[in-house]
Amino acid sequence: MTDLTSLTLAEARKGLADKTFTSLELTDAHLSAIEAARVLNAFVMETPEQARDMAKAVDEKIAKGDAGPLAGIPLGIKDLFATKGVRTTACSKILGNFVPTYESTITSQLWRDGAVMLGKLNNDEFAMGSANETSCFGPVGNPWRREGSNTTLVPGGSSGGSASAVAALLCMGATATDTGGSIRQPAAFTATVGIKPTYGRCSRWGIVAFASSLDQAGPIARSVRDAAMLLRSMAGHDPKDTTSVDIAVPDYEAAIGKSVKGMKIGIPKEYRLDGMPAEIEKLWSEGAAWLKAAGAELVEVSLPHTKYALPAYYIVAPAEASSNLARYDGVRYGLREQAKNITELYENTRAEGFGAEVRRRVMIGTYVLSAGYYDAYYLRAQKVRTLIKKDFEDCFAKGVDAILTPATPSAAFGIGEKGGADPVEMYLNDIFTVTVNMAGLPGIAVPAGKDAQGLPLGLQLIGRPFEEETLFSLGEVIEQAAGRFTPARWW
Amino acid sequence: MSTATHKLLKGATGDWEVVIGMEIHAQVTSKSKLFSGASTAFGGEPNSQVSLVDAAMPGMLPVINEECVRQAVRTGLGLNAQINLRSVFDRKNYFYPDLPQGYQISQYKSPVVGEGEVIVDLDGGRSVSIGIERLHLEQDPGKMLHDRSPSLSYIDFNRCGVALMEIVSKPDIRDAEQAKAYVTKLRSIVRYLGTCDGDMEKGSLRADVNVSVRKPGAPLGTRCEIKNMNSITFIGQAIEYEARRQIEILEDGGQIEQETRRFDPSKGETRSMRSKEEAHDYRYFPDPDLLPLEFSQEFVDELKAELPELPDQKKTRFVADLGLSAYDASVLVAERESAVFYETVLDKLGNRARDGKMAANWVINELFGRLNKEGRDITGSPVSAEQLSGIIDLIGDGTISGKIAKDLFEIVWQEGGDPRALVESRGMKQVTDLSAIEKVVDDIIAANPDKAAQVKDKPQSLGWFVGQVMKASGGKANPQSVNDLLKSKLGV
Repeated sequence: MTDLTSLTLAEARKGLADKTFTSLELTDAHLSAIEAARVLNAFVMETPEQARDMAKAVDEKIAKGDAGPLAGIPLGIKDLFATKGVRTTACSKILGNFVPTYESTITSQLWRDGAVMLGKLNNDEFAMGSANETSCFGPVGNPWRREGSNTTLVPGGSSGGSASAVAALLCMGATATDTGGSIRQPAAFTATVGIKPTYGRCSRWGIVAFASSLDQAGPIARSVRDAAMLLRSMAGHDPKDTTSVDIAVPDYEAAIGKSVKGMKIGIPKEYRLDGMPAEIEKLWSEGAAWLKAAGAELVEVSLPHTKYALPAYYIVAPAEASSNLARYDGVRYGLREQAKNITELYENTRAEGFGAEVRRRVMIGTYVLSAGYYDAYYLRAQKVRTLIKKDFEDCFAKGVDAILTPATPSAAFGIGEKGGADPVEMYLNDIFTVTVNMAGLPGIAVPAGKDAQGLPLGLQLIGRPFEEETLFSLGEVIEQAAGRFTPARWW
Repeated sequence: MSTATHKLLKGATGDWEVVIGMEIHAQVTSKSKLFSGASTAFGGEPNSQVSLVDAAMPGMLPVINEECVRQAVRTGLGLNAQINLRSVFDRKNYFYPDLPQGYQISQYKSPVVGEGEVIVDLDGGRSVSIGIERLHLEQDPGKMLHDRSPSLSYIDFNRCGVALMEIVSKPDIRDAEQAKAYVTKLRSIVRYLGTCDGDMEKGSLRADVNVSVRKPGAPLGTRCEIKNMNSITFIGQAIEYEARRQIEILEDGGQIEQETRRFDPSKGETRSMRSKEEAHDYRYFPDPDLLPLEFSQEFVDELKAELPELPDQKKTRFVADLGLSAYDASVLVAERESAVFYETVLDKLGNRARDGKMAANWVINELFGRLNKEGRDITGSPVSAEQLSGIIDLIGDGTISGKIAKDLFEIVWQEGGDPRALVESRGMKQVTDLSAIEKVVDDIIAANPDKAAQVKDKPQSLGWFVGQVMKASGGKANPQSVNDLLKSKLGV
């Protein structure tokens, strides 16, 4: 038998349907891979027993011809998703050994459709980070290394565990979340496909909140088609999340291979940063050329408020986070430190439970919402947000179907290399992705090439609200042109 | 409407005027909480009515309970207030163990209800208009239990997340009497509407009272807020005390510090809780988990069309249709249950136009008087509305006299039974048979020739004869017939 872990999700689906192999075999193959790849630290909780039980149950269903669209497919789940009976921590000490009594809407939809859970994936603490270095379980290794180097690189963040596990063939796909680039940036760093759908496309119910108005879940997968298959199960209206939108979920897979002829692709001039590496420039031009060759029309567009996006994001996101994280107070669940009175209980618990980056953002968020500063920071940032949104609306109003940009300003970097002295250095990783969250639009990152050191680079496509299908069609054009990339196994 | 002259307080340096504004927290009557499906029933086992949302478990999201929105709109309509078709929920951030989210979901800049007005009745037929600044929806916190352990505090989250309406008045209230009347009226309105049970003992309705003093005509003084008052009597006492306290400080050359105070009913005084410096910075911002609350004018119009008759409207109708005095009408409508009782009596009356006013007198004087004497309320009245209307019918159609009716009322109160049947079985019917009465009249005149002779000179002594005849007939003779007969026989 060929190595079952090297199949794409679409290939595995065919094998399962043809009864070439069982879900249990497929699941076991991945469980072995996970065991052999512990050095990557991608999983923070392995659930082999549960995985085998789910696989056996789904095999019975497949035998009866009663299989869902993801029947038998083993997946990894970002530790931000509440999983019933399985420890969920958001990779923060403050949640301790928290075991939810409930299942997030998205994961329950995946199980409904037959998927199998392999375990919980590492991420930046409360999804705050761009390198997966803030996790209380330690950093995640990127399966990719620079050519001729043994330096372990970061997989990006915050969905670093998801990206690393998918790239290293430890799971066939993974759930992820994206508040400012946390799906797309790690996808770009690991040569995987990641899509952040339109805000409201997926339910946020049961996902540990970072910044409510920006958070949106999506998949990280091995191919554009795989991502489309996963998103179809993850998306949908949920009455338990009033910000989720009641629009029918299309068959995203049907968009794969659809002609992009005549589509208008915007190239935003403001994304051409000073000092941008030549490799990124080249990649961007190549991507544009591939789309043109497929029949799309390229137009230069302007998104004039782009430069204000990152500063505004680092006001809005921490503001919401400071409030969202207030519930972790040591009173009802999770970590509780000893104290003489209630104020000390809060102080000791939160000082001990939150890592440095989370504390920093809670402080920033508290500050920008304070009396006397609210108007100057939070209110102003919201106005900027409106302008950013309008930039995109104006662009789409001119007939642009999607916007092509680089996914990240660089390839993956070494653990501990960035942000040590200046956190802004780390924040700049999200320069191309945060605008999309600020505007609530869908964005996909697709692997498009490698840099001189052999590290993968990705391109981003930004679409109109709820037009994820366009992104899948265009993404597949890039995927076909660029080819797929698999890291050489070193672990 | 007569304008009320309010009470000024005398100080060593002259008169002082008290300025009062109130924030009333009224628990919304609804089956489930403002943002979760958990029950709002009072008195459940601690923490038996707590959903994952109420406990602020990770990843939980609030979903607005539309019934609570309807209740807020109904209340707004009852306060003659502006209904805002778009409002916003904000987070009020502070740490406290009874607040699991670490923030209270409230409405800060854009409340669901804007400005309105309440007409408050005062003694002596005076009334005053108190402006409503706003009404907004927010979550009630849980309850801390400090008496279960010497070293630990316990928390009951059953109340946590129950919807509250915070009704903010303008600083239009000028003395304790007005303040008490305002709370009474507001309580009455929400109870008529069925939007809050108004039970102050259970904490369903509580008030924060802002008090400041000034020389009449001077700018507003610095205010102190007395928190969490759950008795109308205490509100009055607290205002009296607090105003005096502030006047004393000012007259001694001191300054009032803006602060939050607590009223101690056992000592009858207010005490400082925290100063302005210790006040929280709540860091309000729009709750990103909730979309703005939007509804159409049709939604409001439908609720308006279904609104029950409110005390003011009822009072006007009682005066106009039944000829009640404004005072009697306001007594009847003050409590919803009283008004319901009175209207049930009216509905059962044989001749409502003739006896409606008499029924009001009976409800107010006989029934309320008797209930007060025994410390019972209208819902526990031994005499039902049907029985009382039966008694009034008997008076109205001349079957019994008013005096006999009082005896009958007493029998019904003590023993129950159908009034008409009781009158029959106990022979309490009024005697209208003229020949029977005439015989009694003749007997009395014959037995008292001296007095009969005097009547022509002293017509007022006719009353003595009436009394004698009524006494001899056991009170059953028709008084009018007795009077007429005596007059003709004695030639007055």
